[in-house]
Amino acid sequence: MEKKPDAYRKQNIRSDKIFKLAATIAGSFVLVIIALMIFQLISESYPIWEAEGLGFIIGTDWNAVEGRESFGALPYIAGTLVTAALAMVIGVPLSIGIAMFISDAPAKIGGPLGFLVELLAAVPSIIYGLWGLLVFRLYFQDWVEKPLHDLFGDSIFLFSGTPFGLDIITASVILAIMIIPTVSSVSREIMKAVPQQQREAAYMLGATKWEMFKLAVFPYSKTGLIGASILGLGRAVGETMAVTMLIGNATGIAAFPSSFFKPSQTMSSIIANEFVEASPASLHLPALIGVALILLLIAIVINIVAHLLVTRMMKVKEGAINN
Amino acid sequence: MTTLSETEQKITNSIDSQISDAISPVEKKFKMIAENVTIHYGNTMGVKNVTMKFPEKSVTALIGPSGCGKTTFLRCLNRMHDMTKNAKVEGKVMLDDIDLYDKSIDPIYHRRKVGMVFQKPNPFPTMSIYDNVTAGLKLNGVKDKRILDEIVEDTLKMAYLWDEVKNDLKKSAIELSGGQQQRLCIARALAIQPEVLLMDEPASALDPIATQKIEETITELKKDYTIIIVTHNMQQAVRVSDYTGFMYLGELIEFRETKKLFTDPKNDLTAKYVQGQFG
Amino acid sequence: MSTTNEKREEYRALFKNNVKKRLLVDKIVHIIIFAFVIIAIIPLGSILVEVFKNGITAISYEFLTATPGSIGTGDGGIGPAIQGTLIIIGLASLIGVPIGVMSGIFLSEYGDNRLARNVRFFNDVFMEFPSIVLGIFAFLVIVLILGHFSVWAGAFALALIMFPIVARTTEESLKMVPVTYREAGTALGLKKWVITFRIVISAAKGGMITGILLAVSRIGGETAPLIMTILGSSQFFSSMDVPMDALPLRIWRLSLLPYESSQLQGWGAALVLIFIIIGINLAIRYYFGNGNERIMKLIKPGVTAKK
Repeated sequence: MEKKPDAYRKQNIRSDKIFKLAATIAGSFVLVIIALMIFQLISESYPIWEAEGLGFIIGTDWNAVEGRESFGALPYIAGTLVTAALAMVIGVPLSIGIAMFISDAPAKIGGPLGFLVELLAAVPSIIYGLWGLLVFRLYFQDWVEKPLHDLFGDSIFLFSGTPFGLDIITASVILAIMIIPTVSSVSREIMKAVPQQQREAAYMLGATKWEMFKLAVFPYSKTGLIGASILGLGRAVGETMAVTMLIGNATGIAAFPSSFFKPSQTMSSIIANEFVEASPASLHLPALIGVALILLLIAIVINIVAHLLVTRMMKVKEGAINN
Repeated sequence: MTTLSETEQKITNSIDSQISDAISPVEKKFKMIAENVTIHYGNTMGVKNVTMKFPEKSVTALIGPSGCGKTTFLRCLNRMHDMTKNAKVEGKVMLDDIDLYDKSIDPIYHRRKVGMVFQKPNPFPTMSIYDNVTAGLKLNGVKDKRILDEIVEDTLKMAYLWDEVKNDLKKSAIELSGGQQQRLCIARALAIQPEVLLMDEPASALDPIATQKIEETITELKKDYTIIIVTHNMQQAVRVSDYTGFMYLGELIEFRETKKLFTDPKNDLTAKYVQGQFG
Repeated sequence: MSTTNEKREEYRALFKNNVKKRLLVDKIVHIIIFAFVIIAIIPLGSILVEVFKNGITAISYEFLTATPGSIGTGDGGIGPAIQGTLIIIGLASLIGVPIGVMSGIFLSEYGDNRLARNVRFFNDVFMEFPSIVLGIFAFLVIVLILGHFSVWAGAFALALIMFPIVARTTEESLKMVPVTYREAGTALGLKKWVITFRIVISAAKGGMITGILLAVSRIGGETAPLIMTILGSSQFFSSMDVPMDALPLRIWRLSLLPYESSQLQGWGAALVLIFIIIGINLAIRYYFGNGNERIMKLIKPGVTAKK
């Protein structure tokens, strides 16, 4: 009779202990995976680091022919950064404009519009690519690229190169469209976090809506908006399929982004294009894995910076005002 | 504009007479007159058919228990409700000879004339003290640094803040204490040379010393400005105001000279409130 | 007072009569912003319209069930791709959801220590890993070891995308359940795991299912990780150790062919894919209501991070 409570307690503790262990293991899974992943990427790409050293990062060759193998990731790093940066330049103003519009509009318009934008965040990259390839590219080529080339092709090097629609600028524009849902909804959250009293203070001074934005909303949310933009940058950097289908698939030094209308290549697109055919016996596969490693590191850094900016802005300003 | 029922007309008349009682028509004219103001928030009525006349160069206090509509009413005087999505304001608000709610005018032209100080200090956090004060001036196109400096010094002195910050005007506004921030907000409102100053419980978030300073400021300011102040602190109303309006459940119950309202209220409800029988 | 009324009038005179100009600037800004909205909405709307317009003509019973025909003819269909997508989503969920849920339970119920803080942080970081890199990882640890393409590898890669999302949304859903529920359970003498599963999870069900469905709709459209794990195929599923098709892979393949008939089939496949994904999203919104907005916002990282 007396044994029963003890036995019950022990059993109690044990099954709960197992539960806690299981939960802890599940939680730690992500840590293990990250460590394993980085280890695998480094070790499987080791041959290329051995062969070219850090020269791999600044090299521009891309030769898979046996006996003359030479690989350099620089054109693709540049391609990724350039397309992502262009996507930001185009997409961020559009996104912030949309965020401003939706926060200011009456619920009847703002609601459905916001819903539409969020639904479009669910459209997968491959479909953006398909649409870009079969629809957008044709219009863009005829209505934007050719006129720009005719007008400025000789004078500004950015517009040189005969445009075929599969190039840096097309890929960048599609990327810009793809980051709009993210950047605009994060921007909206950030602008919503501006206390109403700030807007009222500007209003009291006799400001127009735009002046209210310049005076009360924008300075307060500047850091956060930058964070939202960098979040968009991070998304653009990691994007694969849409870019692969629209960037034109150049390799080696020819892939270096030097003009809008040149075909190029990003880190993710070279992997998508060549991974399946690359022979593990050669340096080709390690080279691609090396590219993946660089891509991963860049993506991590950008996203950490973005997180810090967004969360810091929400905390610091709030704390300061409630002085 | 709805036509008034007999009872409503009686109340309006009695208030008119109360106001006239309080003020000799020869001495002062009215800077602002609110006529038959009704404010809806969605389906609820926050302010019911209130008429008030605010004499110039004086302090009028609005008192009443929480939720009586005094803040809602105050905010309609500079069309602050334009910023609230569900709010609907009916009635007239005359500033001198202009109805601020007249559909043919754009309020931006006139909002500048009615400054506002809010319950919690809300200086612009990314700007310095100097920039906070000059914010409204820059909107209105004043660029001359000499003039800006003059007005900054002038308004900070009026807000009793100059001595404390004069050596460090470039300091960020949020580094000031709560009381200092509120005085900065007063200076910011004064900088645009308004004619009327609306204050929504300006000292409620402040400690007693800061409160005293604010009240001193108000007493000085009323020599030149028309001030309307909402307060839940009856002693403050007595200390600072010349006229007081008592509101309850969205209606104006009584409006008299402060001394008379507190010592000899005509309305039972007013009497109960000032005696502290309900809050 | 240092200023008199005259001085004030002087100051007022300095105010430029610029209200008209300022109102004009305001109007112009409004117009520019409206233009931005239009510029952004047009492509987004066009995508949906084009997918529907072009895809609907390809849809037929045969299209949805047959294997791909010879290249260049309009024959055949995307049967294996649809089957493959359903299989891979199912398998990935089988792996990713339990890990994600338990991880979420860990963060919520045992989350007040240094390990949990690290887990939370790295979970968020992991969510931002490019999916192609996850595919490479799955390739290295499964395909390379086995020596052939494998459905397990594909499911594993997709599970890696799923579980951080499920972990976060589960954590937030569980956290929204008031502490009093757990206290009531303890007062009744129940074991912690019973409390968690029977009481807390029941209450958090809506948010958790939302999170899981969002993760599912996210991986349904993923292409990159599948490239080097299941490769794609023209046959229906036969075994876990051979390549398998999936809708995103099939769309890619079809889009690259220069034949109009192939491109049409690509649109058709895209329509099916969009149908599945947006269908899930709409179902989440309507069935579980907008109270789950908070959960859905977690998929956009950084905003509701409360550390």
